[in-house]
Amino acid sequence: MATAVSASATISSASPDRPGSRGTRVQYDRRDGLGQRAQEPRSEPSGASVRFLRPGPSEGRRASGLVIDESVLQRALGAALRTGGDFAEVFVEDRRGTSAYLDDGKVEEVTSSRSRGAGIRVVVGETTGFAHTADLGEAGLLAAAEAAAAVARQGGGGTRAVALSARAVAPEGSVAIPPAGVAKARKVELLKRADEAARAEGGAIRQVAASYGDSWRSILVANSEGLLAGDQQVKTLFRVSCVATGDTGMQTGHESVGHTVGFELFERYHVDDLARRAARRALTKLTARPAPSGTMPVVLRSGGGGVLFHEACGHGLEADLVAKSASVFRGRVGELVASPLVTLVDDGTMSGEWGAISIDDEGHPAQRNVLIRDGVLTDFMWDRLRARQEGRAGSGNGRRQSYQHLPMVRMTNTYVLDGADDPDEIVRQTDRGVYVAQLGGGQVNTASGDFVFGMTEAYLIEDGVLTEPLREGNLIGNGPEVLRNIDAIGDDFAMGSPGTCGKDGQGVPVGDGQPTLRVTALTVGGTAG
Amino acid sequence: MSELLGLAERIAGQALPGEQLEAYVARGRSTSVRAYRGEVEALTQAESAGVGVRVVVDGRQGFASAGTLDEGVIADTLAEARDNARFGEPDPWYGLAEPDGVAPPSLELYRPSVAAIPTARKVELAIELERLVTAGDPRIIGVRTASYGDGAGEAAVATSTGIAVASRATSCWLSASALAADGGETQTGHGVDVGRDLDSLDLEATAAEAVSRATRMLGARKAPSQRLTVVLEPRVTAAFLGIIGGMLSGERVLKGRSPFADRLGEEIASPLLTLVDDATDPRSLGADTHDGEGLATRRIPLIGSGVLRSFLHDTYTARRAGAVSTASAVRGYASTPAVGAHALQIEPGTRSAAEVLAEAGDGLLVQSVSGLHSGVNPVSGDFSVGVEGLRIRGGELAEPVREVTIASALQRMLRDVVAVGADLEWEHDGTAGVSLALRDVSLSGS
Repeated sequence: MATAVSASATISSASPDRPGSRGTRVQYDRRDGLGQRAQEPRSEPSGASVRFLRPGPSEGRRASGLVIDESVLQRALGAALRTGGDFAEVFVEDRRGTSAYLDDGKVEEVTSSRSRGAGIRVVVGETTGFAHTADLGEAGLLAAAEAAAAVARQGGGGTRAVALSARAVAPEGSVAIPPAGVAKARKVELLKRADEAARAEGGAIRQVAASYGDSWRSILVANSEGLLAGDQQVKTLFRVSCVATGDTGMQTGHESVGHTVGFELFERYHVDDLARRAARRALTKLTARPAPSGTMPVVLRSGGGGVLFHEACGHGLEADLVAKSASVFRGRVGELVASPLVTLVDDGTMSGEWGAISIDDEGHPAQRNVLIRDGVLTDFMWDRLRARQEGRAGSGNGRRQSYQHLPMVRMTNTYVLDGADDPDEIVRQTDRGVYVAQLGGGQVNTASGDFVFGMTEAYLIEDGVLTEPLREGNLIGNGPEVLRNIDAIGDDFAMGSPGTCGKDGQGVPVGDGQPTLRVTALTVGGTAG
Repeated sequence: MSELLGLAERIAGQALPGEQLEAYVARGRSTSVRAYRGEVEALTQAESAGVGVRVVVDGRQGFASAGTLDEGVIADTLAEARDNARFGEPDPWYGLAEPDGVAPPSLELYRPSVAAIPTARKVELAIELERLVTAGDPRIIGVRTASYGDGAGEAAVATSTGIAVASRATSCWLSASALAADGGETQTGHGVDVGRDLDSLDLEATAAEAVSRATRMLGARKAPSQRLTVVLEPRVTAAFLGIIGGMLSGERVLKGRSPFADRLGEEIASPLLTLVDDATDPRSLGADTHDGEGLATRRIPLIGSGVLRSFLHDTYTARRAGAVSTASAVRGYASTPAVGAHALQIEPGTRSAAEVLAEAGDGLLVQSVSGLHSGVNPVSGDFSVGVEGLRIRGGELAEPVREVTIASALQRMLRDVVAVGADLEWEHDGTAGVSLALRDVSLSGS
């Protein structure tokens, strides 16, 4: 029943995603035609922040979205509180994106998108009212405020004036080359280079698909506590997928990079390298044998398995799920919940990373939050609502997919810190097991802690040596058990591929990372008999 | 509705000489209420609208979209689509749909009653759903979500090639996720119901489904690795059908990414299996009079008694394949049309769910699947997914099982169908599933 899908994480949601509204049907579009997971960000990468922009005259050629008079925001907040709410918030968003897609040897199309609007919420007691509008004029904002305020109709608040004071957010990184200023022809050229490089890896590479995407997102948050904060967020993404055909049928290989940066992404990464890696993955799998089945040691290569921690414990450490008893970690702060080797962090401040933000979507500055230190559970992740209910500070984890969505607790960049082991030695000391170089998407049941995710590149370990490549299989396990069963952590930390985390139907960009590490026992669901 | 169509026609009417122009305009309204501990946790009122403009000129295609119907922004969007068309590469098969004379089905998918449901009633439904779930069993410790929602959507598409159509639809849904606990262990179970209006929803049944799915998983253990017969519950079958539908897309076939590409007319599945995509069936929430390019929908036989009968095509893939569009373009305003299924359904068999279990004898009933989107390779067909459910012993349901995976290849799975249930169940994505028994599936566990 998962309506939410993602590259790096999904927790299933039983809520139908607005059936009856158009465009929510099962769709097999050109962007996932290569078995490139449908859950990867589609055409427009979205999300995090690059630098602070005070509302007002804007910078940059395209930064013209959010010029809203402060007095209008104040009147909207006043209208939202008219019926007696305890808290009101106006979230304004303007988003533009460009994407280009190559498939079957040709650039199929270049697409642009634009979306802007405001979401207004009113909180009264434990109840939230929410409405959104694409009309950023005063009339539109006031109408949305009235609709959101309807939840508090039984109260009688009277008019309240809200004074707004801008909160300064330190500029975090900056965009060296705003993608909006780069000619579309250059973006298209990248796709052709990737296509050529992948095909040059051999005649067995029959299909290549590549996609380029950039997005610019400007947000503005004003609330009844006087907060006024804004941010501009630029992201750039590139993906390649290849299909190789051989005696064993068709096999696929993928590679993607995405960062919260501008077009300078391509100074750091060369698309031909990415394409060659994707092609080699597909070619390797032609000679791969079916993955074994059963419980065995699993070594995760650095940067290739951070999604395991996102799934195995990240979701269970989200305060909204904890509060509803839908987490195996409820009530366990201060307890040893993992191997003492494990320190787990969620960090929105990692400049330039895919899940980086400078403020969250409630205006709270990004933070680095240690969730598990030396195996001991130290804290959960918080949004404003849950933090307020617990009488504590937020942690900068209130995020939302767009102005059409309510914020909730979400991860940013989630990762395991380096250990002291030699990564090669970890493999040498593994008699028989599976070496996972790259994981695909995953899913967790936060209440039981059971998770599953796919291996997209894996090898058999025999007598401490990597031997044969394995075809796709799944890893299945239980979060707390896996955390306890980690017996070696390398010193070679790396971040993984960009992902979109789905939760209750909302997708947000997230990053993950880890050093090479070993789980002593995990169930491998292979296709070998 | 005529207002949207008028807007779409006005945009399409701005085509320049030598240019094909398409406008897709959509608007939706929805409300959802989430209950928690007897109160409203969140009440959301949403209105959204948007436009997508596609331009084909000199064999090149460009597209742009905007989340507003503001006239000024629409003009910018059209200009942007034209600019984008300069950068795509020419393809002789590009081109918009043209009227093909197929009459649209007569469907009434819009229920005016939905717009008249008072907000207070929606709140009541969500709170009552939560109450029923919590009261359903002493082991239920709470709900993760208990929600009521409804929506109305309308869309119009017009082209410079003579297409001008519009349609609208409503839907209502209930969704509950129950948490059951016993001895320090917590399990979850979902109950969902969907329909075109309030009358078609069953509050008690939705709550009971969530409760029974959560409580029956208490005490679940891993099972040993083995090969066995599995029975998929209708919603699990529907999830697999979605993936199989993708493998029958004309797009995948043309690009050599479908294992079924050269197999039209061949037997690819058990003779027990008949699969159609039928957007003209009003029982499906995926039903519609027209596809995303404005062609009248039709019933498409995909697999008939095991034999591959047809692929799904939109205008582009049909032209390129030398076939006729099956009106299988799906889209939202923010994307160009792509090939997809509207309303996949398996022709129900004659056996009740209990008879399917009895026939399975010994095996596993799968109640939910996880990792479907990471564990299935739709190009090779290989899959390995996490499942939970109940053992079947002597044709009866026995102990619960969790933390195991099942693996096979979709091509094999289609052939290994040994029983098809009569228990057709419609899912929120428009797909209908039935109980399906598959023999000799490999299960990985302890």
